[in-house]
Amino acid sequence: MAKQKALLEVKQLRVAVAGNEILKGVDLTIADGEVHAIMGPNGSGKSTLAQVLAGHPAYEVRAGSVKYDGKDLFDMDPEERARDGVFLAFQYPVEIRGITNSYFLRSALNAIRKHRGEPELDPIDFLQVLEQKLKAIGWDDSMMNRPVNEGFSGGEKKRNEILQLAVLEPRLAILDETDSGLDIDALKTVAHAVNQLRGPKRSFLIVTHYQRLLNHITPDVVHVLADGRIVKSGGPELAQELEAKGYDWLRDAAMVS
Amino acid sequence: MAHVDQLVGSYRAWASNGAGRAPAWLKDLREGGIARFHELGFPNMKQEAWRFTSVAPIAEGSFEQAQAPARVPTLEAIRPFLLFEAGPRLVFVDGFFERSLSTPFFDDVQSLAHVVHHRQDLVRQYLGKYAATDGRPFSALNTAFVKDGAFVHVPARANIAEPVQLLFLATGDKPIVTHPRNLVVLEREARASIVETYASLGKGAYWTNSVTEIVVGDGARVDYHRVQREAARAYHVATTQTHQGRDSTVHLHTVAFGAALARHDIGTVMAGSGGTLILNGLYLLAGQQHADHHTTIDHAADHCESHEYFNGVLDEKSRGVFTGRIIVRPGAQKTDSKQTNNNLLLSTDAHADSQPQLEIYADDVKCTHGSTVGPLDPRALFYLRSRGIADADARRLLTYGFAAEILGRMDVVALRAELDHIVRDRLAA
Repeated sequence: MAKQKALLEVKQLRVAVAGNEILKGVDLTIADGEVHAIMGPNGSGKSTLAQVLAGHPAYEVRAGSVKYDGKDLFDMDPEERARDGVFLAFQYPVEIRGITNSYFLRSALNAIRKHRGEPELDPIDFLQVLEQKLKAIGWDDSMMNRPVNEGFSGGEKKRNEILQLAVLEPRLAILDETDSGLDIDALKTVAHAVNQLRGPKRSFLIVTHYQRLLNHITPDVVHVLADGRIVKSGGPELAQELEAKGYDWLRDAAMVS
Repeated sequence: MAHVDQLVGSYRAWASNGAGRAPAWLKDLREGGIARFHELGFPNMKQEAWRFTSVAPIAEGSFEQAQAPARVPTLEAIRPFLLFEAGPRLVFVDGFFERSLSTPFFDDVQSLAHVVHHRQDLVRQYLGKYAATDGRPFSALNTAFVKDGAFVHVPARANIAEPVQLLFLATGDKPIVTHPRNLVVLEREARASIVETYASLGKGAYWTNSVTEIVVGDGARVDYHRVQREAARAYHVATTQTHQGRDSTVHLHTVAFGAALARHDIGTVMAGSGGTLILNGLYLLAGQQHADHHTTIDHAADHCESHEYFNGVLDEKSRGVFTGRIIVRPGAQKTDSKQTNNNLLLSTDAHADSQPQLEIYADDVKCTHGSTVGPLDPRALFYLRSRGIADADARRLLTYGFAAEILGRMDVVALRAELDHIVRDRLAA
């Protein structure tokens, strides 16, 4: 694994929101094709890390650097990051009134294709791509002609994020609490789709509070984020340990360090 | 007052010289209208219903009574405003019915002036019975000048297969006032789809003061679309009044793109139980445009359902006003009423006023309302950008969605496509 090229290199990253420092020096390296999980208690900064990597304007980078595919990530607008293969599956997907899911997804895919120098897809060609992707993850197209996320159940919203992931084919997929609010069947459905989308040219950063998603998606590396720092990293067994012991022992460790 | 007197004077001149062929009941209707207008005068901003809209440009302006246009436009010239070449169609130019451009359907889709004589009993039964004139000076003024407009009648259980087009064009040659008066009657279990459009062939200023009465019989259904795309310097004042029978369905769609100053009073009465109403509106304004939609849904019977949606997209220094009055009468139990008004402000100089007015006199009812005024949602903007869509494109897409949400409820595909096109053009500019 060490032989593979680093896709993402986060070094000593410090990030503040509304003047409060949330990330206090995060180091993280993800190689091509690796699946990393970030776990941690509420308020540890997990979502902040996900959002800042996607370019959310509310997050202030105070120090440190992030290199993505050798480039300075913070030099890129959110849309540039997306076109270059960074994808964030939102914890709270946003409703877009009046725009159907299929129109939205085609607009996004065409923006990315244009960036790659590929021809844009008309609605008919897009439908073919979409059907292919839906088939690969075993879903139907029932969500496509409804306005984006409007009136979707919690499970549908999360599935919709994964569907976007499937269509937009990112190199780095960040899943921000994708498991929250899902019942066990929906969780399995989402996990199954994610597993279908794993590959040597796609890395994942899975942010989660609970270990249960990781029962279905086996990560290569598990990190524990506590009080704005990664306090422990290990293999998939670390997730089991956290499930058994909770986070308190690690929070104490973070205080000491 | 000068202008009120001028309008009353021109009414007197017309009534004594030119309007003489009308039957006595119609003359009485007109006399009632002018008396009411004279008594009321123009509204002012101290009146509750006019709090946010000044009609000074109309009240202080000078508008001549329309003359028959010197030259009739060609079919080619009006084609941009036609949705379909075929199907029943009535075209009015500066308020005058243009037979050469129209395709009436017997005496069921016909000029009102014609049927006033040929179907007098039917017209008399309905005309002026629904659009109130008390406290409503513009409706009263229109009633004084009732002469022509569109007449649509659908016999019981009949269905007009193709949408009926009613097209009111201004030449813009002179600062005139027109008072189109439309009467739409669907007998029991009849069906029709109608598109009423106001537009201009020129750029000059003028004033349209229209009234449309729509009577929907038991079990009937009408899909009524109203498109206001008047010239940028025009003034547009309108009343649309519906009256619904038992188990009837009205889908009333209205879009306002044009005019410097527009005021549209929409009144709906659900008079029979089991009725359904969708009231669906869009205003898309820029520059210094001002559009005021004053809506009243009157739940006069039980077990009726109404859904009201109005979206406003306001750019530059434009101003949108929405009033949504919902009355639930005593005994109108099991009423289910929903109202939303969302306003998108694209500039810091744009302004929206939104006021729901709920008057509920029954206890077993469901009434909800919500309104928003604000800029584009930054969360939505980030969501789109995080998917690779450029900032400017994301803004346009979200704005378009605001309009598309309303247009998406329209069933006439050709109309939806045409309006969609207009919206995209406006947003690209």
